[in-house]
Amino acid sequence: MQITLNNRPENIGKSSVTVKELLNIKGFTFKMLVIKINGKLVKKSDYHATSISDGDVVQVLHLVSGG
Amino acid sequence: MMDAIREHLGSKVVGIAGAGGLGSNCAVSLARSGVGKIIVADFDTVARTNLNRQYYFEDQIGVPKVKALKMNIFRIDPHIRVIAKIEKVTPENIHELFNEVDVLVEAMDIDSEKRLFLEEAIDLWPERPLVAGNGMAGWGMNDAIKTSRFGNLYICGDSITAVSDENPPLSPRVNIVANMQANIVLDILMADFDINNYRD
Repeated sequence: MQITLNNRPENIGKSSVTVKELLNIKGFTFKMLVIKINGKLVKKSDYHATSISDGDVVQVLHLVSGG
Repeated sequence: MMDAIREHLGSKVVGIAGAGGLGSNCAVSLARSGVGKIIVADFDTVARTNLNRQYYFEDQIGVPKVKALKMNIFRIDPHIRVIAKIEKVTPENIHELFNEVDVLVEAMDIDSEKRLFLEEAIDLWPERPLVAGNGMAGWGMNDAIKTSRFGNLYICGDSITAVSDENPPLSPRVNIVANMQANIVLDILMADFDINNYRD
């Protein structure tokens, strides 16, 4: 399936993945991530139960040092 | 109109975790706007290297940052109450420090500490607005700095530039992000403003 991940097209070799699976596939190991699917916030407790499908727009935000 | 705005903001409480580049500049902007009570926590003292971006002065080197910030805000407006907590903000003390605030500002520097703070704050107060800074190192790139909203979590910054030896934080971008945070805080605090409540 084709999704948009952080404003870039991304091809995932499955027809559907959970948020948790996507994080594993992409190697996003940060503990604090903010994730939106099609503009809607996904709570951390829902990562394993929320599916991402073809055409979804996914935003994954990392925290960076500085302040 | 400004009198009414100041009276409205005078009843508000804002918490700021961290009194470095983001926290000190954000606090000063909120104080100038008239936010009545600002609770700020930081364990650190003012160092010479902070003066390139933080709201402190050379004669305050060695002073705990929150004490220096309280003094500086007092010089701007002695009516603003600054509660200065010389403490490292940890998941264990965040509830005690910030339970009473209307809006909470994340102004910490280390990514892992930001993460712990945000996770704990979201867990404790899922409905409370939380305004974080993320990505403000270097210079230039005005248009890369923006605000993203994720439910009650607002993130100001470019979300890319991490501070490092090669990419230090400098006053302009740090101030832009600090003031974007302050501006979001004002926007949230002004949501229940009604000019009719302040007419004679």
